[in-house]
Amino acid sequence: MHRLRQFIDRAGWPRIIIGLVLLSLFLVAPHWGVRIDASLMDTIIRFGMNGVMVLAMIPMVQAGCGLNFGLPLGIIAGLLGATLSIELGLVGVAGFAGAIGIAIPLACLFGWGYGVLLNHVKGDEMMIATYVGFSSVSFMSIMWMVLPYHNPTMIWGYSGQGLRTTVSVDGFWAKILDNLLAIHIGPNFMFPTGTILFFALMAWLMWAFFHTKTGTAMTAVGSNPDYARASGISVDRMRTTSVILSTVYGAIGILLYEQSYGFISLYNGPFFMALPAVAAVLIGGASVNKANITNVVIGTILFQGILTMAPSVINAAIHSDAAEVVRLIVSNGMIVYALTRATRKSR
Amino acid sequence: MTRRYGLKDVISHFFINNAVPIIFIVFIAFAIPISGFSGPYLTQQLVIRVSRDSFLVLSLVLPIMAGMGINFGMVLGAMSGQIAIILVLNWGVQGVGGLFLAMAVATPMAVLLGWFSGLILNKAKGREMVTSMMLGFFISGIYQLIVLYFMGKLIPIHNPVLVLSRGYGIRNALSLLTMRMSLDNLIPLKIAGISIPVATYVIIGLLCLFIWWFGKTKLGHDMRAVGQDMGVSEDSGIKVERTRILAIILSTVLACYGQIIYLQNIGTLNTYNGADQTATFAAAALLIGGASVVKASIPNVFIGVVLFHLMFLVSPMAGKNLMGSAMIGEYFRVFVSYGVIALALALYAWKRLKERERARRSLRGTKES
Repeated sequence: MHRLRQFIDRAGWPRIIIGLVLLSLFLVAPHWGVRIDASLMDTIIRFGMNGVMVLAMIPMVQAGCGLNFGLPLGIIAGLLGATLSIELGLVGVAGFAGAIGIAIPLACLFGWGYGVLLNHVKGDEMMIATYVGFSSVSFMSIMWMVLPYHNPTMIWGYSGQGLRTTVSVDGFWAKILDNLLAIHIGPNFMFPTGTILFFALMAWLMWAFFHTKTGTAMTAVGSNPDYARASGISVDRMRTTSVILSTVYGAIGILLYEQSYGFISLYNGPFFMALPAVAAVLIGGASVNKANITNVVIGTILFQGILTMAPSVINAAIHSDAAEVVRLIVSNGMIVYALTRATRKSR
Repeated sequence: MTRRYGLKDVISHFFINNAVPIIFIVFIAFAIPISGFSGPYLTQQLVIRVSRDSFLVLSLVLPIMAGMGINFGMVLGAMSGQIAIILVLNWGVQGVGGLFLAMAVATPMAVLLGWFSGLILNKAKGREMVTSMMLGFFISGIYQLIVLYFMGKLIPIHNPVLVLSRGYGIRNALSLLTMRMSLDNLIPLKIAGISIPVATYVIIGLLCLFIWWFGKTKLGHDMRAVGQDMGVSEDSGIKVERTRILAIILSTVLACYGQIIYLQNIGTLNTYNGADQTATFAAAALLIGGASVVKASIPNVFIGVVLFHLMFLVSPMAGKNLMGSAMIGEYFRVFVSYGVIALALALYAWKRLKERERARRSLRGTKES
């Protein structure tokens, strides 16, 4: 009994409820004729697609900059990488590596500016991050129209200028990681080994980083800035580094997403992409000022699991498409819940 | 310790404090000639748009007074207004009567939602704005659940024009033909070819009076005190949490009326995407008017609405004439709405940080001398 209480305390009620809902969805699914293996595959694929973007939450939370609602900025760096790589006509491994190679320096640049801005607005990071995200997406909407792209697979056919709203990466690097070493079991199950390995590599890099001197210093800045400064750590530099790291992970994360999804969504595509990532890490047990890799893995599995299972089961059971709305309520409700939790200090 | 300000100091102070409106005035001064719109056309459009939006923007003033920042949760009020409009359409009540009935029906909903919102925001002191924004997204999900799935099933809707062909759920866009401009045209007036919605302006004027009067009541003073310092207010016997909840309830109810006034002017109800943008546009307008997260006045509201709508009017045409594409102007104004909120929030937070530093430095200075 004591053990159980301890577990509940540690995991928190919302997480347990969501876990139980997911479990029961899997249990009742066969009854409505929803295939378990196909759903499981979808969950794993979606986990791989979104995992790195959720990982991007960790550095900023750990450095005390709050949840990265400005993730769209990193996503834009990724989109620039993707479109430029296609513009250069790179295909296959070279295309994907090229996209990452172009995206990382851009993400460093954007992240640096964004980090400097956030250093000037300590205490209000999350609000300003949200609007930095929104305004950069709408600014890029103009840019997608006027930047001189020429590759005919990407631009509007009839006007000859401006990028399309969705660009297919088929023939370039669609599913390049999904199909790498993929394991097929039966006709309905495929394990996207490459994508999961890539996620594991990114997670390991993050883990390793937080065990270096810089990483430890970053955590110190997040948990007690005054103490950190007293021990000779430059608080502002650590915060900027964390924002850059977050932005780079966002950029790589969207590329991983696109290779699996098969399309690049431009214009308003990245608008609300921060919210699922934020919700996932919170469902995994992170708070506004503490997050780790376990939170990311558990949270992404739970969140994406619900996302996959709820629509198919609800559709099959009551012939209604209410699942999308239910998803909105769950993810946004989770974020509101996390924001109302007591934190280290209230200003 | 005496302070002397030179002329240069005064001027730079003025520019820093009013940076946002000044940038906008300069931008609009360039964009109006490029757009090629005529004076009377712009005036007519402005008269209509100011009457349409001012009420919504005014609803943001009280929470700022109470130190809670911009109430992005005003969309909760807007949504209750929309639900009431749908119900009134269903009952077939027309004209101004329908509008006032909608307001009456919406009030209890808005009060309840405002109270709930206030409770949540009391648990998130120091991050009210981001929490109220997320709360808006959350309640928007529940709104969709009600309107898209419950209406016509659990909530009887017998007017077939409103319901989707599948038998339940409300259509994407509803025409408010029976109520359209019923308030605007209640007292018709035309000056030099420009029609003026007198009744709407009278209501907006009454609201301004109310806000001005409210600031002088005991509750208004309490709100300001809470906005200054919660700890001190608590010690001097003000019920801080209650005052904050009241500020949010008032804001939510006003936003609900504001949305109803807005809809009667527009004439169509955009069922699913209408309310989401309300808070962004209202907040952007207020901030363009020179308000900050801690200080907003009635002049800020009107300056802001005028500048915001001028920008909204001229930028698509200016974009078309300058860059050859109206879409660029379209994206541009969306960018500006978001960008100005980011800019104003960042400027304010930066200023606060600077002031704190200066306060610390001035302490050090007195010790040395």
